[in-house]
Amino acid sequence: MASNPFDKMTSAGGVSRPPSASDQLADRVFRAVAFSCAALIIVLLLFIMWELGGLALPAISQHGLGFITGTTWNVSRAEFGVLPEIWGTLYSSLIALLLGGTFGIGIAIFLTQDFIHARLAAVFRTIVELLAAIPSVVYGLWGIYVVIPLLRPAAEWLHQHLGFVPLFGTDMSGPGLAPAALVLAIMILPTVAAISVDAFRRIPYKVKEAAYGMGTTRWEAILKVMLPTASSGLLAALVLGFGRALGETMALAMLIGNSNQINLSLFAPANTLASLLASSFPEAGQIEVQALMYAAVVLLAITLIVNIVGLGIQQYTVRKFEGK
Amino acid sequence: MMSIDLTTSPDAMPRPRLERQAFELRALTSGLLTLLTWTIAILGSIPLFSVIFMLVSEGGARLDWQALTALPPAGFELGGGFGNAIVGTLVMVGIATAISVPFGLLAAIYLAVLGPHSQVANVARFVAKTLTGFPSILAGVFVYGVLVISFGYSALAGGVALAVLMLPTVILAAEEAMKQVPTRMTDAAYGMGCTRSQVIWKVVLPTGVPGILTGVMLAVAGAAGESAPLLFTALFSNYYLSELMEPTASLSILIYNFSAMPFQNQIELAWAASLVLVLIVLVFNILARVIGRPKV
Repeated sequence: MASNPFDKMTSAGGVSRPPSASDQLADRVFRAVAFSCAALIIVLLLFIMWELGGLALPAISQHGLGFITGTTWNVSRAEFGVLPEIWGTLYSSLIALLLGGTFGIGIAIFLTQDFIHARLAAVFRTIVELLAAIPSVVYGLWGIYVVIPLLRPAAEWLHQHLGFVPLFGTDMSGPGLAPAALVLAIMILPTVAAISVDAFRRIPYKVKEAAYGMGTTRWEAILKVMLPTASSGLLAALVLGFGRALGETMALAMLIGNSNQINLSLFAPANTLASLLASSFPEAGQIEVQALMYAAVVLLAITLIVNIVGLGIQQYTVRKFEGK
Repeated sequence: MMSIDLTTSPDAMPRPRLERQAFELRALTSGLLTLLTWTIAILGSIPLFSVIFMLVSEGGARLDWQALTALPPAGFELGGGFGNAIVGTLVMVGIATAISVPFGLLAAIYLAVLGPHSQVANVARFVAKTLTGFPSILAGVFVYGVLVISFGYSALAGGVALAVLMLPTVILAAEEAMKQVPTRMTDAAYGMGCTRSQVIWKVVLPTGVPGILTGVMLAVAGAAGESAPLLFTALFSNYYLSELMEPTASLSILIYNFSAMPFQNQIELAWAASLVLVLIVLVFNILARVIGRPKV
């Protein structure tokens, strides 16, 4: 019988050898660990939802849906309602989205449509990304000492001359919706800009070339070709930016005035769900803490829905262009 | 039969004007919108410069050795600093990194290499993306329910809350970095008979290190600036950290507390603390950029 040449090779003790049994075992264990870590993140989200639900359960069973439609927050009478906070959250985030969205998409157009040299665009992009790196509390502090004093004269003028418009219905006495929404807009601008830049970059270069080849001006190309093509990506940017704005806490807690009221006026103090949590929690007693946990669940529900919608649109966009 | 009139010379035929007219409406609109975009871009970068200017002028004026090491002043007291808050922030970010990086890295390995298209990976990826947009305060509420109710406010709880926030960022960045590893390298390793873990440890991880580190640094920078979750988990303390299971000071909570105080001294300290916090965040951000820069 001819001996197998491969047997000789292994016995010769070369450097190469197939994985030993212990290698195989280590491989199995390692893969199992990696798999459980991937599963862990899913479990984490479920655990967070379960835990928050559990914390809020006493308040949910006690206040029921009246909590969402109620407008008073009175600890001594144990009457809790978060309609003003829901209103404030949505109102401030919408104004922020209007401003931050316009600027974010504007900046994305500026960075991707050959307005400036590519290297300069990279520098500018870094500036916008650094805006996102500044912590929320620092924006809050800046808002208190820079934005509020700057807005005040303008707010007074608007209130005196256009006071009949509900938006300017009250005077600005300090913290209020306008400075909070303005700072919020600055905070979501980098998110919107980054996702919008991606949306524009995803458009094949030949689309732009074709448009210019037809003799369009730069803006005809942008408005009639680029924007419609990127529209779903831009929508995702706006929705995800909106989600960011909804959950933003500290800057708002410092700037919005924490007042439990529903008011259309931009200059009136208001409140949001997140800043209610931040400002009331440190001094809250047991019953109020339970009510705050209910508010946290409402916030969780709103942000999860908005984020999932945004991500869904984003994935749709990716599929549209990459055909996956 | 169609006839073509050849009697008129081509020059006499009316021609469309193909060259661009500087003052026709569409050119004007284009110019106007370009101007608007420039305005937006310039206006958009003003806040950053304003924040930096305020930090340097207000915070830099007060930043000295005492501010960096002393304990926070009470009420009308003068002087003081935020040494304990710097230590607290660094310790809690350290705990968060120690928790989130191993778990995040392993999860990313599964998402990028072991089962990129499996059902679990798809769901996990979606959940991680959802969690990046998760309000940070809710991470605080979550850890409050899990740890603080039974063990009290502590640096550990603060670190865990920050870890919850860092985890999705680490996972997504590490996955992205590992996907950039060329397939031919992993294929070569498999071809030599490596097990999957050998491929991961000896090829994918070493090649993906710069990208992974970038993601970790960005997550650290984000966690260092977080404040809302710490309100629910670490609270605040006026003293230096002596053990992990007690309430702990952090720069961001100190800024929040001091910003609302009616005392000039505290407000100055809040600016100085903001400068320190932004510097810490920027250092990690810049590290992330330097490490992650594509090597040419």
